[in-house]
Amino acid sequence: MSIADAAPIEVQPGAVDRSPTPRRRRHAGRFILPTYSWLVIAYLVFPIAMMILYSFNKVVGGMQLVSFTWLGFTTQWYHQWSSVPGLTSAFWLSIRLAVVSTVLATIIGTLLAVALVRYHPPRFRGKTAIEQVLFLNIAAPEIVMGSSLLGLFVMLNINRGFLTLVLAHVMFCIAYVTVTVRARMSGFDRALEEAAYDLGARPLVTFTRVTLPLIMPGVLAGALMAFALSIDDFVTSYFVGGSSIPFPVWVYGATRVGIPPQVFVFGTGIFAVGIFFAVLSIFVAKKKV
Amino acid sequence: MPDWGLEEHWQSDCNRLPSMSGRSETRSESRFGHARGSKANSSESADVRFEHITKRFGDAYAVADLNLEVHAGEFFSLLGPSGCGKTTSLRMLGGFEEPTEGRVLIGGEDVTDLPPYRRDVNTVFQTYALFPHLDVYQNVAFGLRRQGVDKSEIKRRVGEMLEMVDLPGFDRRQPAQLSGGQQQRVALARALVNQPKLLLLDEPMSALDAKLRRQMQVELKRIQSQVGITFIYVTHDQEEAMTMSDRLAVMWHGKIEGMGTPKDVYDNPTSEFVATFLGASNLLGGKIVRSEDNRTTVLTDSGVEITVPSERVPDLSMTSVKVGVRPEKIDLVPEGSERAPGHNILRGRVRVSTFTGVGNQYIVETESGVEVTVYAQNIGTQFAPRSGDNVVLTWPEEHTFTVRPLVGNIEINELEGD
Repeated sequence: MSIADAAPIEVQPGAVDRSPTPRRRRHAGRFILPTYSWLVIAYLVFPIAMMILYSFNKVVGGMQLVSFTWLGFTTQWYHQWSSVPGLTSAFWLSIRLAVVSTVLATIIGTLLAVALVRYHPPRFRGKTAIEQVLFLNIAAPEIVMGSSLLGLFVMLNINRGFLTLVLAHVMFCIAYVTVTVRARMSGFDRALEEAAYDLGARPLVTFTRVTLPLIMPGVLAGALMAFALSIDDFVTSYFVGGSSIPFPVWVYGATRVGIPPQVFVFGTGIFAVGIFFAVLSIFVAKKKV
Repeated sequence: MPDWGLEEHWQSDCNRLPSMSGRSETRSESRFGHARGSKANSSESADVRFEHITKRFGDAYAVADLNLEVHAGEFFSLLGPSGCGKTTSLRMLGGFEEPTEGRVLIGGEDVTDLPPYRRDVNTVFQTYALFPHLDVYQNVAFGLRRQGVDKSEIKRRVGEMLEMVDLPGFDRRQPAQLSGGQQQRVALARALVNQPKLLLLDEPMSALDAKLRRQMQVELKRIQSQVGITFIYVTHDQEEAMTMSDRLAVMWHGKIEGMGTPKDVYDNPTSEFVATFLGASNLLGGKIVRSEDNRTTVLTDSGVEITVPSERVPDLSMTSVKVGVRPEKIDLVPEGSERAPGHNILRGRVRVSTFTGVGNQYIVETESGVEVTVYAQNIGTQFAPRSGDNVVLTWPEEHTFTVRPLVGNIEINELEGD
């Protein structure tokens, strides 16, 4: 609605009176952009809407599995959200994994971003190499990374489980955190750090009191991205998880038999939390400006 | 043109407060609150010294073998066009750049290798560099918190300091809500509240408009005499430097071209660069032909003899020199006037006469074709020729100076700075 409301602002009353022809053209044109926009939004939202809708669907028959026939509204699955044991433990594993990976990847990625912006060769040898690796990390197909990680862990004889999952998730999250924080750092006025030194703050104090608070929006955005990447990662987790099965891998396994409706409940929950943070970040950003 | 009225105001202001140049090693609080009453302690020892400082960036020399002494309590300016090395010099004092060669001494202590956070020096940055995530109070208190001063003491000193820079009640404002002039005063307060031995100011006025700049110059000078801290001020604005400084150094290409009190450097420039950068000068090329009885005679390229007091010739062994006189030192007299004793004269024809309100500016073409600028105060009594009139230019010998000619030309953009 807001898009449709904003469109007529373009029309200048003075110009319209003198020449009626462009006025008609503009009149027709003002519907094209909003229509297009809403079609795209509908296309993007449709699958999510279906998931949310069918999390309220009744199920008949012995097996409690999702069917895409509408059988009536129920909140049963929200009451029984934890009644599928494998699903619940997979979900909590995913949460633990995402939290640990996010914290580690955010710390490592932020420090890396600061180093990349701050130091140059000759003091920082291998800077270009690190930048290339970061790019590769983002660009490489996940299937390649997942299978090569599996090969690596097998070769090193490391038991696959939570540890290997964390290692893999931290690895693919670092690049995204670094890129996000780096973008924030590039507009950073170096004189602010010099001012802090000048006022007697040692490097560590300068970092915690001046640099970090100023790049915090970038750090938070990077962390949010890392969390989102980790919690819905399937390919890599499938390869390196071993007997530890995170939520997406469990859902994939379940599809062969049939999906319990609780999957939609968890899906809806994760989506709601994601929306909450997205809206929150918009408000925080607005307040800052 | 320099504003001489203001300059004199400054000088008299300084004369009233000579005791403020007292150097205090101990950071006594009374230095702030009752600086005017503090006892005179004018130590002659230097507060800041550069010993053979050289700074190279790659192959480029930013500063070349610089020697400099700034006395305690002095308002000292480093003046020069952009890229002359003045900011680099200041950054070496602050600890943000390390000299390639040489030593930096502050209060007799070698600080060459000390990082900025270990130096008893504070800086007002060109961009002010106020912390945007902190309010005015937190900005000003930043340095005191790092020193571990206790809360009530911080509150008192920050309050005093905001009072002093005329921003009481601004504690909770964010830097982004302040005007340029207010931000600058916060930056000044944030530096001064730490009571440093030395305050560095890196073109702090460059972002202010002309009127505010004039106001801040007065403020800054007042604050400096109140706190008695050594100020080192970097600027490319020659008027600003002359207005505020006790002494100044004109820098060019990493070297000091002239140093002294503003009056000294202005009246007796020692290089062609200083003569043209600091105010305007009429310069005529020539050769030294004789030197006797403390008077040296220069024969200009156009064949006129001009006499200069010998102490105004930097080096008597120079063969080719430029002889100069400031536009406001020249008197215009009617055609046919004779040379008065002790005066130099040139003859010419007025080409352009411009009325500027406070005075008249004339461009006179001399017999030899050289153009000379003359500036006459509008006091309504003197001879006022029009364009095309033949005139005689005359000025006392002691207002003549000679400089070593520059090799090549000074480029205009270098003079303007930015």
